[in-house]
Amino acid sequence: MIYLQLFLGFLQIGIFAFGGAYGAIPLIRDVVMTYGWLSEDQLTYMIAVSESTPGPIMVNMATYIGSSQAGVLGAVIATTAVAIPSFVIILIVSTILKNITDNPEFQAVLRGIKPCIVGIILSTGLYMIINNCRMDGGLNRVNIVITIILIMFILLHKRFLKRKASPIHLIIFAAVLGVAFGRI
Amino acid sequence: MLELFLTFAKIGCFTFGGGYAMISLIEDICVTKKKWITHDEMMNMTVIAESTPGPIAINCATFVGYKMKGLKGAFAATIGVILPSFLIIYVISCFLGNFMEIKVVADAFRGIKLAVGLLIFNAGLGMLSNMKKKLFPRIIFCTSMLLMLCSEFLGFKISTVVMMMTAGVIGLIYNYVSEMRKH
Repeated sequence: MIYLQLFLGFLQIGIFAFGGAYGAIPLIRDVVMTYGWLSEDQLTYMIAVSESTPGPIMVNMATYIGSSQAGVLGAVIATTAVAIPSFVIILIVSTILKNITDNPEFQAVLRGIKPCIVGIILSTGLYMIINNCRMDGGLNRVNIVITIILIMFILLHKRFLKRKASPIHLIIFAAVLGVAFGRI
Repeated sequence: MLELFLTFAKIGCFTFGGGYAMISLIEDICVTKKKWITHDEMMNMTVIAESTPGPIAINCATFVGYKMKGLKGAFAATIGVILPSFLIIYVISCFLGNFMEIKVVADAFRGIKLAVGLLIFNAGLGMLSNMKKKLFPRIIFCTSMLLMLCSEFLGFKISTVVMMMTAGVIGLIYNYVSEMRKH
């Protein structure tokens, strides 16, 4: 039954993941939490691993979750399921519906979906940040300090190097901070 | 056919950081070096990839593969772009659990966990600044953000898929209403 769940779960993610990898993360979180496949912590680690390894993040997540739940067959099923919708949609767009992107109704639907995704992504990020900074019945001081240092890193990087800090640099810096604070 | 597969496998091996990083590499290889597609087709494809769901890399691979060699080409390119990350992650997934028992690794991941939330929030901010500065998208944005925050902090569950579908329908209705007003 786990195979069917993996297939349907990742098919759903593949169908609704507009807006690239970050648009997919809230969806993946939703599905993974609903089925109870990973804990909140495990999911965060996995997002970091997906960011720091090559390839589409959605494929990385599907492979990992599939493999952790049901071995190599699970990995194949989840990865195939997440790829099928975009594969089929692109085939349809390049054969039958060549001008779909000019269609006013199609555009109208996208105009509704896009700002909705931005809201979902921002609130997911905000929730994860706040959740990391608290513990049972109090504040997690070390995590708050690390978070503030990381925010400074992002802001200073943008201010002085005139471009966004790359996710990999941020992840490496955060890992170093984690080890450093672990020694204290 | 083999060339399509190998080229997209190479793209799959060397693109860190998801779709948008991939687009520039695909442009470099498929337009400039191999001349498989023209610059205009590439632009057109980027628009399609952004307005259809799914990983942008898969959208691009399917598009280029289909154009070069039909259905078989689409399969070859798509499998090519997926295979490297599949193999890498599969190997990692077998070891990550054991890794986490080493103290240094667990400490590092404690830091990384904090970075991930910030990365997502930062990506959201970037998308927000690219959003059209009009009333309609702003209302949708604020509503979805509020609903999502309530669902996470107060614990009543709202499905993200249902929210997105509702937003799509509202977009359609809004379009009809503004069309009718014009007439």
